Amino acid sequence: MERQVILNSKHFELTINRLCYQLIEIHNDFSNTVLIGLQPRGINVLTRIKERLESILGKEVVCGNLDITFYRDDFRRRDIPLIPSATNIDFVIENKKVILMDDVLYTGRTIRSGLDALLAFGRPEQVELLALVDRRFRRDLPIQADYVGKTVDTLISERVSVEWKEIEGEDRVVLFTPDSNG
Amino acid sequence: MDSLSVEHLVGIKDLTKKDIELIFKTADAFKEVINRPIKKVPSLRDITIANLFFENSTRTRLSFELAEKRMSADIVNFSAASSSVKKGETLIDTVNNILSMKVDMVVMRHPNPGAAKFLSERVDAKVVNAGDGTHEHPTQALLDSYSVRERLGSVEGKKVVIVGDIIHSRVALSNIYCLQKLGAEVMVCGPTTLIPKYIHELGVKVEYDLKKALEWCDVANMLRIQLERQDIKYFPSLREYSMQYGLTKEMLDNLPKEIVIMHPCPINRGVEITSDVADSEQAIILDQVENGVAVRMAVIYLLASKIKR
Repeated sequence: MERQVILNSKHFELTINRLCYQLIEIHNDFSNTVLIGLQPRGINVLTRIKERLESILGKEVVCGNLDITFYRDDFRRRDIPLIPSATNIDFVIENKKVILMDDVLYTGRTIRSGLDALLAFGRPEQVELLALVDRRFRRDLPIQADYVGKTVDTLISERVSVEWKEIEGEDRVVLFTPDSNG
Repeated sequence: MDSLSVEHLVGIKDLTKKDIELIFKTADAFKEVINRPIKKVPSLRDITIANLFFENSTRTRLSFELAEKRMSADIVNFSAASSSVKKGETLIDTVNNILSMKVDMVVMRHPNPGAAKFLSERVDAKVVNAGDGTHEHPTQALLDSYSVRERLGSVEGKKVVIVGDIIHSRVALSNIYCLQKLGAEVMVCGPTTLIPKYIHELGVKVEYDLKKALEWCDVANMLRIQLERQDIKYFPSLREYSMQYGLTKEMLDNLPKEIVIMHPCPINRGVEITSDVADSEQAIILDQVENGVAVRMAVIYLLASKIKR
């Protein structure tokens, strides 16, 4: 397995910063906007963006975690069951602008489930999508992100992993390519 | 990630500690779901479940039905009173007929001990035991331990006394297995005639004095006297039973510590437990009922994930 760093920690920080300013450009002071991270790895994106946004804006931004396990379309098509994580949305999303966040946008199926799961909490005014990495040309469904950290072109056999300082020890995005002989 | 070590839920005896913990973790997520404004998720929309109740039930049946509906499963209900069982059909024939209509899972309550195991070995569907005679009632034990875990933080190391009609109670046996697997100490308490002779072989303490039992425990699970299963007299009268083994507020107030009171319902107020105890802050009886739906959702969800198309 060949590893290739496609976003190192310096660029990682720049990307997060850029995404925050893009968000502020559209959502101003976030008075009618909420951020929702998709469990499990979207929560890391959410936490980082929230931290940065709050330090720029000097105010608290409303955030929640959403688990999509029960809304997936591949239940029973897997060998091992999907074990749910916690959902924590203690505010009303009715008429709010919602920004969904995930680390990697790939087939779009997670986001499809996320939209379904989100609507169980009410009818938002608008839903946008932020993905730290967009694996372009690999979509199974017609879903695109509104805010993208880094776009990459990949093969199906490749894997993209977003690593975090808090978990893996370093902020970076790594592309894994299987060796050609197997 | 994990999956259950069993293909059916016949009894707690077959589960591992890891299985129980997996069910609890999954139930946590479902408990959040059933407290949402829209209490429904689409996970089981292609699953059909038959609820077969060969014995009366209110709570368990409603609880299973709600659990199934909240995961979007299709369900069919059946009760023995209004069925062909009365016309002499065997259990296997009844169930295979229902399964021919493309049913994936069977939830069954039956008056005969072992009925769920018998069925699980003979039909091509997942079987969930909703009580088989005086044998086991696994989902009740799971929700009881789940409720203890919720109230006290964990089950491990806790002292639980089960009081009442132990000999006729499937709730007692399933609870003993479940609590012990999770590391709790278990005691049974009741009149000599209602305690099985060899129960100490399960590793439980036996106490005939309710007051001493209450002083020992952190949690008291009060059971109902199952008159419908008693074909001989086990004690002189309900009034006498109540005087010896009925739990009153006064007894609770005289204890040096606050204990948690549980009851699997239906309650016979004034017999095994007085009204002021049943309605007190220490009683978690209604929490048990709420948790019942979440725990049953978890069990069905985890078993359904083993159905392959």
